[in-house]
Amino acid sequence: MMWAAVLVAAVGCYLLKLGGLSVPPRVLERPLVERIADLIPVALLSALVAVQVVARGHDLVLDARAAGLAAAVVLLVVRAPFLVVVFGAALVAALVRML
Amino acid sequence: MGVATGAYGVGFGAVSVAAGLSVAQTCALSLLVFTGASQFALVGVVAAGGAPLSGALTALLLGTRNTLYGLRMAPLLAWTGWRRALGAQVLIDESTAMSVTRDSVPAARLAFTWTGGAVFVLWNLATVGGALAGNALGDPRTYGLDAAVGAAFLALLWPRLHTGWHRWVGALAAAVALGVVPLVPAGVPVLAAAGVALVAGALSRGRPEEGR
Repeated sequence: MMWAAVLVAAVGCYLLKLGGLSVPPRVLERPLVERIADLIPVALLSALVAVQVVARGHDLVLDARAAGLAAAVVLLVVRAPFLVVVFGAALVAALVRML
Repeated sequence: MGVATGAYGVGFGAVSVAAGLSVAQTCALSLLVFTGASQFALVGVVAAGGAPLSGALTALLLGTRNTLYGLRMAPLLAWTGWRRALGAQVLIDESTAMSVTRDSVPAARLAFTWTGGAVFVLWNLATVGGALAGNALGDPRTYGLDAAVGAAFLALLWPRLHTGWHRWVGALAAAVALGVVPLVPAGVPVLAAAGVALVAGALSRGRPEEGR
């Protein structure tokens, strides 16, 4: 299943890129399409953060992952680089688990 | 930009194997999908226990961004045939940003090709490095690498929250996703959140463009 998903994502994402270079602009260049396309990453990434940090199966739980996310927020506020944010969050979560 | 790409690539590699993908699957994503946010989304949905195909669908939704880049770049690059087919693979945030401001076709092609090519090579090398390192570490929970996935998404999201409107949409999408977690299979909550973007986009008609 995982390989199928990898291939679906690969073919689909490539066609989305090629489509943009190939279709006449007037087909897709509309304000509504642009607004939705601007908001889709915001909505999906927000949902991914929430589900990743709070969901466990069908339950919502606050555990070490939430502590890791709090650390990530602090690091982003002080404009830390990407890897520092990611591994800083991992470190804090690991430390909380050791307590 | 090279350093930033390398960092994202290492982060992706490590997060992907932590989510349970093999090193080969991780590298295939970077070679074939080659658009960072979509790749992160696929492994994120899998890490949360979602079906791999829900992950692929989420990746496709995020990949629609590149279609809009293509609309903007098509007249600038003026490519046809195999050049267009090849160029399409490196149509991403970075290559678009670096070439969209050029004022001639040759200059745009040069900037696009070099940026796209350099990011492609760096991204894939960094992915291999991150995946091998993540694999060597073993159980991701011991090192808090499962928490790293959420942090990676937040870092990708952060620069997009540039207006109050975007922050509201983000908060609502997160609430909708968590609201349906108890009710639907894993992977579906994230897709449900895309509905928030559709509704918000439709409702924000006529709204003045807030500074980007």
